[in-house]
Amino acid sequence: MDNIPVRQHRTLTINILRHNPADGDSQPRLQAFEVDETDAMTLFIALNVIREEQDPTLTFDFVCRAGICGSCGMIINGRPGLACRTLTRDLPDEFTLLPLPGFELIADLSVNTGKWMRGMAERLETWVHASDLAGVDLDQMEQPMDPHLAEQIYELERCIECGCCIAACGTAQMRDDFVGAVGLNQVTRFRLDPRDQRDDSDFYQLVGDDSGVFGCMTLLGCEDMCPKDLPLATQIAFLRRRMVAV
Amino acid sequence: MGAAALEPKPMRQKINRWPARLDVAQSLSGLLLVLFIWGHMFFESSILLGKDAMLWVTRMFEGAHLLGRPYPVLVSVAAALVLALVALHALLALRKFPANYRQYHRLNRHVSAMRHLDTTAWYIQVITGFALFFLASAHLLVVLLQPENIGPYASSDRVWSGRFWLLYGPLLLIVHLHAGIGIYRLCLKWGPFPAQRLGLWRGRIKLAAYCIVAFYLCLGTASLVTYMRIGAQHAPYAGERYAPEAVE
Repeated sequence: MDNIPVRQHRTLTINILRHNPADGDSQPRLQAFEVDETDAMTLFIALNVIREEQDPTLTFDFVCRAGICGSCGMIINGRPGLACRTLTRDLPDEFTLLPLPGFELIADLSVNTGKWMRGMAERLETWVHASDLAGVDLDQMEQPMDPHLAEQIYELERCIECGCCIAACGTAQMRDDFVGAVGLNQVTRFRLDPRDQRDDSDFYQLVGDDSGVFGCMTLLGCEDMCPKDLPLATQIAFLRRRMVAV
Repeated sequence: MGAAALEPKPMRQKINRWPARLDVAQSLSGLLLVLFIWGHMFFESSILLGKDAMLWVTRMFEGAHLLGRPYPVLVSVAAALVLALVALHALLALRKFPANYRQYHRLNRHVSAMRHLDTTAWYIQVITGFALFFLASAHLLVVLLQPENIGPYASSDRVWSGRFWLLYGPLLLIVHLHAGIGIYRLCLKWGPFPAQRLGLWRGRIKLAAYCIVAFYLCLGTASLVTYMRIGAQHAPYAGERYAPEAVE
């Protein structure tokens, strides 16, 4: 036992799309960075190493570094994922990072998912609709909710709006007006909510066309790429059956 | 912020049910066509059981067993119905096709970057579906216009001397890829699988689709080769019809 085995650390080559639409002279290009891999390194750490040690102008988003805020969605070697939940050890020696397609590019890897999500939320009216909301006494105890139902709603509420399902969806990539799995999931969430007084014909008005649930072609990219493992395929199939039955 | 939406609506908008109907019609017409092609393969491959078996199936579709004598026009009627169903399905499925260069470009980039089986499978369905506009229509038109030219020798002559194997070979592969992927997608599109068991069911359905496609490709290849072999042997007498008693 003379030799203690030491793990060989790799030098990663990370190709990152560089472009700043606000700068008229900026041309989109891939820039290669070399980073020494460390144990349990996530992409989020690797990107911070690059920004601190090599190029302070590299733009990317992060807030929570724990897969909760949904800011660091990007295309990792062709597939969407969260940088903070992607370990570099699962990636080859050389890989490419691109911004999520389908969203407004801010710069480099940073996209404006918030603008898209707000547009979707306003269009699908993803808030509780009730006629007596103005008269609700906020000091009073809320109506109790069946724990099983509360869990069901919570399961769908776990969506962090990271945009990975939009980037993973062939339909959303082809058609800009498609609301995607994130939108359809939110409709099923409010459909479950007993505080929401809308019925299925109201929801049909929101998603009953080719930009809604009937536009989905069941390519299942959303189901397979969702970083939160939301039951998207089940929810969309359920919503489709309900909307057909209206 | 949402106060505007909460005000009572003056008049309830009428629901347009057509998007729902079109989606159901696309799935339903696809399902019927898949069931048809799967049944068709068994009848068509009756040649593997011998010329007499194939002749018996031919006569059955011409109504000979029920009506006393064969009426090939019945086959024309069936072909017309299937052609109409194909046209309906094609019309409905066209809604989902990429419509312009930009959409094709985005889809190409997406499919090649994602390396995702179900996304790629859909792209295969677009391509095979487009090919079927022509290949399936060509096949159906021949059946529609020449229903009497079906039989152990008539079909073999068409396949070999008429060089129709050049149509049937690609059609076999293309139609079964399209049908197999289609039925898999149909199950996941409408199936009420609970979220916890979706992965399990998805795997099962995918495996079943693989097996079914492989089975029909083997069956179809075997019967096509048989028609080609019979056609090659019968080539000098091409046009002659099979008479069961002549074999005795």
